[in-house]
Amino acid sequence: MLDIIIKVTDREGVQHEVAAPVDMPLNLMEVIRMHELAPEGTIGICGGMAMCASCQCYVVSNHILPEMQDEEEAMLSEAFYVRDNSRLSCQIPISVDLDGLEVKLAPES
Amino acid sequence: MIKTDILIIGAGPTGLFAVFEAGLLKLKCHLIDALPQPGGQCSEIYPKKPIYDIPAYPEILAGDLTDKLLEQCKQFQPGFTLGERAETIEKQEDGSFIVTTNKGTKHQAPVVAIAGGLGSFEPRKPLLNNIDQFEDKGIEYMIKEPEMYRGKHVVIAGGGDSALDWSIFLTSVAESVTLVHRRNEFRGHLDSVEKVQELKNLGKINLITPAEITAINGDSKLRSVEITKEGEAPFILETDHFIPLFGLSPKLGPIADWGLEIEKNAIKVNNALDYQTNIPGIFAIGDVNTYPGKLKLILCGFHEATLMCQAAYQIINPGKKYVLKYTTVSGVDGFDGTRKEAPKAVVKAFD
Repeated sequence: MLDIIIKVTDREGVQHEVAAPVDMPLNLMEVIRMHELAPEGTIGICGGMAMCASCQCYVVSNHILPEMQDEEEAMLSEAFYVRDNSRLSCQIPISVDLDGLEVKLAPES
Repeated sequence: MIKTDILIIGAGPTGLFAVFEAGLLKLKCHLIDALPQPGGQCSEIYPKKPIYDIPAYPEILAGDLTDKLLEQCKQFQPGFTLGERAETIEKQEDGSFIVTTNKGTKHQAPVVAIAGGLGSFEPRKPLLNNIDQFEDKGIEYMIKEPEMYRGKHVVIAGGGDSALDWSIFLTSVAESVTLVHRRNEFRGHLDSVEKVQELKNLGKINLITPAEITAINGDSKLRSVEITKEGEAPFILETDHFIPLFGLSPKLGPIADWGLEIEKNAIKVNNALDYQTNIPGIFAIGDVNTYPGKLKLILCGFHEATLMCQAAYQIINPGKKYVLKYTTVSGVDGFDGTRKEAPKAVVKAFD
């Protein structure tokens, strides 16, 4: 199975092009951690339960993403630095449709 | 001065299980935690979420795991310093350590076990530039003494359980309670949401949604907040207190300055032996440590806690040989005088 490519701008503003395997159940937060694009302990603190917003990112490209569920929406309503294109990266499963996705990590809070 | 055998920093699952393992070795423990209750992340972030990889529990709620661990270690009478953050550590001439919290509570022990998870939980502060200026002068991020709000005007911001629960509670104490949330929906237990609705209808809670606190004003203390309702012009509301409740986020904090070897926000330990750090007598167990192949799992924390206790035993009882005993064979003798043991088998011969 081929990997897809995702472009992630880290919190320092540096863009990284990283490979994300689609043959295992991964979410975007896990891919960002896998490539160590944010320091351990500053991303994915709750482990991916949409309960901490430490993996918030801004979606820059026009990809169609899975719709936001209640828990994610509720968490984002309490988070800081939230914009219209904010998502919790732990709630975005990696799939072939996301090839070329561009995201920017939100500041740590 | 609180004195103990093993001073555990962090009362999450790993720290609590360490109490039990230490107790089997007749070592007494005291735990320090920045949160007001034991359980760490399991109690603070996801008490109602199930965990599926605790051995022998096909499924257990994180909050229930905390309760079980507390019950399991109860007879070893652990001491707790809760709601305080371990701030400094000083090595004494006799080899022991004194750990002082942010409130000045001192603890002394020959062995320190850091079981701090991702760090101590600190409140997430809203992005208002002069907020630091009014901290403890009208702005509090946690409610510690509800009595201080008696007869006062209070504004609470947030949409989770703590915002709802404290709003409900403060209606019986404060002169007025205003709850501001960015959305019309709240993320809390259904009965809390309903109770807030009821209090709103009775005029006891002034509910303002969808809205945000956009500025704070005052002099030597907080005087008012600026509230902006979505799509409307901001307005000023006079208040004595503003309590932002936006959850907590863990920070490694002062432990990072203890001279321990840190890698990727975690403390490096010797995983070949006993999870000791670069400072003899200080151990790091559970999510807070790192070593080749480290997995941040509760079950790995349990194993690390067990081996740490063996090393602590050697430090506290130098030269004494330890013989592994099985609880099924030896039973469990609590420090509170209780004894648990396997019932004797009934032996009866055939005639």
